[in-house]
Amino acid sequence: MSQHSFAGKVAIAGIGATEFSKDSGRSELRLAVEAVAGALADAGIAPTEVGGMVTYSSETNPDVDIARSLGIGELTFFSRIHYGGGAACATIQQAALAVASGVADVVVCYRAFNERSGNRFGAGVQDRAPMANAESAHFAFYMPVGLLTPAQWVAMAAQRYLHVSGATSEDLGRVAVADRRHAATNPKAWFYGQPITLAEHQESRFIVEPLHLLDCCQETDGAQAIVVTSLERARDLPNPPAVVAAAAQGSGEGQDMMTSYYRDDLCGLPEMSVVARQLWATSGLGPDDMQAAILYDHFTPYVLYQLEELGFCAKGEAKDFVADGRIELGGALPINTHGGQLGEAYLHGMNGIAEGVRLVRGSSVNQVPELEHVVVTAGTGVPTSGLILGVDR
Amino acid sequence: MSADHSEELAALVGRRSGAPQVAPDAVNLAMIRHWVEAMGDENPVYLSEEAATDAGFGGIVAPPTMLQAWIMRGLKASLEAESRRAEPETTAGSDNDRMMALLDDEGRTSVVATNCDQHYVRPLRLGERLVTTSTIEDITAEKKTGLGEGRFVTTRIDFVSLPDLGEHASVSEEVVAAGEPVATMRFRILKYRPGTAKGAEVRDGDGGPARPRRPRPALTQDNAFFFEGTRAGKLLIQRCVSCHTLRHPPLPACAVCGSLDWDTVQASGRGELYSFVVVHYPKVPSFDYPLPIGLVALEEGTRLVADLAIDPAELRIGMPVEAELVSFDDELTLPVFHGLPAERDEGG
Repeated sequence: MSQHSFAGKVAIAGIGATEFSKDSGRSELRLAVEAVAGALADAGIAPTEVGGMVTYSSETNPDVDIARSLGIGELTFFSRIHYGGGAACATIQQAALAVASGVADVVVCYRAFNERSGNRFGAGVQDRAPMANAESAHFAFYMPVGLLTPAQWVAMAAQRYLHVSGATSEDLGRVAVADRRHAATNPKAWFYGQPITLAEHQESRFIVEPLHLLDCCQETDGAQAIVVTSLERARDLPNPPAVVAAAAQGSGEGQDMMTSYYRDDLCGLPEMSVVARQLWATSGLGPDDMQAAILYDHFTPYVLYQLEELGFCAKGEAKDFVADGRIELGGALPINTHGGQLGEAYLHGMNGIAEGVRLVRGSSVNQVPELEHVVVTAGTGVPTSGLILGVDR
Repeated sequence: MSADHSEELAALVGRRSGAPQVAPDAVNLAMIRHWVEAMGDENPVYLSEEAATDAGFGGIVAPPTMLQAWIMRGLKASLEAESRRAEPETTAGSDNDRMMALLDDEGRTSVVATNCDQHYVRPLRLGERLVTTSTIEDITAEKKTGLGEGRFVTTRIDFVSLPDLGEHASVSEEVVAAGEPVATMRFRILKYRPGTAKGAEVRDGDGGPARPRRPRPALTQDNAFFFEGTRAGKLLIQRCVSCHTLRHPPLPACAVCGSLDWDTVQASGRGELYSFVVVHYPKVPSFDYPLPIGLVALEEGTRLVADLAIDPAELRIGMPVEAELVSFDDELTLPVFHGLPAERDEGG
């Protein structure tokens, strides 16, 4: 695999977010503007220096509206990425591509929504009007039978995974327990001060068997923005650079949107394998070089899948990997030190990237000591993306 | 299905729906004035003696379409009638009450007035006193309508004029027969089962509660064959014409050989459960919960997501299942899989 020319030459210089709530009381555009302004202030970069903006195709806030609001002025690069939360780390990749190739010197990536008080993704597609196009027709084999929500789509694969791997609902619960432990000490987290036990996970009601309530992430109002520029420029800015050691997108064989049920087996995320192979090959790093991982956790099962696809353990062995607190603070690979989307906020993965930046800066409320590199992933079950962030050496 | 009272209803056709109704007031100028002002009718023949005479009526006439207003019983009598109906011990008095009770018992508890025809013999003049008789003229067989499945009921109301009635509040049929016919009205209603509208809601089996239809599949030229097939009683799998590779969900081209040409084969409907979920939340009104849904590996080799008519406690990955095509409404038929004994007795 060829070297990605941007790898190691681009850095995240600023992060900014709103509070994470269940009812922001203000427009999604205002949330976006607040987060972008906060990220630029954190970076020490003036709005007029921004040349590019990247967001999700599911974002409702046009980049130009944010640009007008903040006096950003001219843009030479603007891009949107598809597949919901799968876009998260790809926003950084596209920003890095633009910066490294000289298309824009400073690029802001952002995601903002009132996902709890406004349009709730968790409600699924039950009210979606059928349109005669391929993207809508995809759901023709799920909507009429009642398989309507992201939790249900994930559960279908998870049931098979549990059957084949021998993992149990308790193994899924260990992911939730780790996330909630970390959220409990993060004042920004919705579930600050509210850790859970494995027994509480097991006792929580079923949403869709085999998933309990506590296997499912929350819904959040909020926004997160991230400023990307060259490593050279970042070195002159107030915060330590978070070096983009690698960034990649991936879509796998037999790829589908949330319902890749027709592959050889349902026990993997081939798209995350596509990402992982690029991350390791282009950074020259491997799983053993990671001191922490921010793994996309809309639902717990795919965290186990990701540990396997990223090579932290062999196929089917994630259940053993997550035992004995290995994925909690103090363990060999703490995951989701901010509390994850189960514990901190569901920001379509963007808040996880910000936590990766804080870990590299050494400023996380749940700091992992002597951290050199952290791997960050984006939405699972869809075409996805990933990042390796590292300390500038 | 609820009760079918077709024969009893047929016996009511031609019967009086109740006793003759006497207009509370004679045709009078005050009511005409209120009517024409409310209707915005500025024809002077209804209020001006002179204009009516000039027009050749020989005096003020009532607006023809005001016909029904003369026999309306007013608020007090309407409220009294309503409270009588609310008392369960009250014996149904009129044939109209009996007809409505029979229709209710058929599950046709909703009612809507559909149309009204009026035929006028001559204009009505101030001082005339009207009396009506009502006859059940027609009760149709069940009709499927945009509102629901129901029967149309036509009531014919004959208006006669009895100028010398005086203060009588009720009269006999014999008295009415001596009156002068002045108008006829046919009033039609639809008594229908709520929740049985075409295209809006479907019933859940026999006599169950009405519910919204299942979400519609989005159809394109690539996938419509599947849903047309199930409606025609066939579970179809797309097949490449060139290399005969089966594929599901449908796509326009074969990933194996690249051919754009495809046809279909009919699946046996047998397979095994590859994975499954049991949905508890959110509860969407179109479905029953807990809702078991399976990913079925058909014996032809493709997989299919489908509902399971299997007790959730009995679900096991690998269990043999077989499809039955179930029609959920006029448009939507889907395979629903039930369990098969692990060892099938082929000898029957």
